[in-house]
Amino acid sequence: MIIIKNLVKKYGEFYALHGLNFEVNENEIFGLLGPNGAGKTTLIHILATLLKPTEGYAIVNGFNVLHDATKVRESIGVVFQAPSSDDMLTGYENLKVHALLYGIPSSKREIRISEVLKLVGLEERKNDQVKKYSGGMRRRLEIARGLLHNPKVFFLDEPTLGLDPQSRDIMWTYIKKIVKEENVTIILTTHYMEEADTLCDRIGFITNGRIIALDSPLNLKQEIGGDIVKITFTDDIHANTDFADFDFVHRVENNGNSVIIYMDEVNSNLHRLVKHLDDVKSIEYTKPTLNDVFLKLSGDTLSGDSPEGGFMQRYAQYKKS
Amino acid sequence: MLSIRNLNFNIILGQLYALWLREFKVFLRERSRLVASTFTPLLWLFVIGSGLGSTNLQIGTDYQKFIFPGIICMSVIFTSVFFGSYIIWDRKFDFLKSVMVAPSSRTTVFVGKTLGGMTTSLFQVGIILIIGMVLGINYDAISLLQIISIVLILSFGLTSLGLTFGSYIESLEGFQLIVSFVVFPLFFLSGALFPIDNLPPWLKFITLVDPATYSVDALRNSLLHLGTYSFDLDIELLLLFTLIITLIGIFSFKRMKAV
Repeated sequence: MIIIKNLVKKYGEFYALHGLNFEVNENEIFGLLGPNGAGKTTLIHILATLLKPTEGYAIVNGFNVLHDATKVRESIGVVFQAPSSDDMLTGYENLKVHALLYGIPSSKREIRISEVLKLVGLEERKNDQVKKYSGGMRRRLEIARGLLHNPKVFFLDEPTLGLDPQSRDIMWTYIKKIVKEENVTIILTTHYMEEADTLCDRIGFITNGRIIALDSPLNLKQEIGGDIVKITFTDDIHANTDFADFDFVHRVENNGNSVIIYMDEVNSNLHRLVKHLDDVKSIEYTKPTLNDVFLKLSGDTLSGDSPEGGFMQRYAQYKKS
Repeated sequence: MLSIRNLNFNIILGQLYALWLREFKVFLRERSRLVASTFTPLLWLFVIGSGLGSTNLQIGTDYQKFIFPGIICMSVIFTSVFFGSYIIWDRKFDFLKSVMVAPSSRTTVFVGKTLGGMTTSLFQVGIILIIGMVLGINYDAISLLQIISIVLILSFGLTSLGLTFGSYIESLEGFQLIVSFVVFPLFFLSGALFPIDNLPPWLKFITLVDPATYSVDALRNSLLHLGTYSFDLDIELLLLFTLIITLIGIFSFKRMKAV
């Protein structure tokens, strides 16, 4: 549905996108995951024909974003980060304005407006001015507006940014419903790992304008090397045991008096690991999350040489909380 | 400038209607805007009009009546040019982006926005016309038609001018500042407040290149039969100005960054 070839966007000497190549399949939810300033929004803007790439091109629904901008625009719906509904107008009026902009014939207009209002659960508030809507309702109205003209591809740029957990859950429910009922391909950007994990069929990790991994959440998590066991000792000396000798251990990270071990099959192997250990204070066991994947990946590619000050640390903190 | 294959007339009309409808609804809901922007022209009409009117000027008519056409133009100048600031608002939110990703051309967006500005001006002029009746100015069907035409042409041109500025200027503060340098000369040099027949040559020359001059003169022709130039010449020059500034505006809109 979307083909991205060698896409580069430069601002002066700064590379916002650094030669992207990937494809998005029909009817999948594709997640673009990465920290602020990674290039997610730039990519969406190029795919939505609002920005011209410095090099390379992208095909959306069979149309080149460089040469067939109008055809691309007819094929896509976009929900931007900032609110884009006029809050002096009612929800219904916002939808009507956009239905007219997209040239939806008058015979279908009202039916379609009711359909999308129903889809996002805003029928009862349609005649209220948007300024009286909550943050979550506004975002849902934007989704309704983006879907009005039956787009083939639907871009959601951080759809749950700034929403409370409850509104976020509601949003997720609606997004899942949309894929079922509207038959669209969704490209979603987010920096919430949990969101990407719940919603996306495939995820592209993007940092500093590069895709550093692209796979299904499940495969990504398996790639990290099985389960994660954290053993904390009473002192630093015991933590220096060489765990890498075990054949079921993939990777070991030492942090002072604790050690993080990535290993296969915790249930059958843990006893072998701890049999000879003394002075163990605690043992924690977790299934890997996308956070762990992201930390591992960004650690691998950047190896401490992060130009965007401190996002590694931020993600580490995010993980702890 | 327009590619023929995208020219589906019904769709473009629908798009123009959509953009206009949005501006109109906002305008109707923000009545304070209407009241506030009508206040300044009325202040000029009554305070300057009565004040200077009491000094026995040799202009062939009552001074307040004499500046009445100028006050109509003043309200159009201020409302229309400052209307351009709304494009900056639209950019600050993502409303403009959402319009830009719709399959409507920038020309359509520009004209739709301009129609919104024209409507606002027309409403204000309507209020001033009603007050004019109190001052003893008489309208007939022809002069009303003429006034409406003049106001529409002038406000189309000046909204285009405002939107042109708006497409280059990023901040509202910058817009206010720069546009003040435009609207005040437009108003003062249009002959709105004084007759332009016996001006010193340098001042006369400047009034000649001020498009508002011809709208003031056209209105004076129509309402008071006191014009310096002929009504037809006024309208022709006004149309020429509007055409040029609209083309510049569309050009500016096309090269405006979407994000």
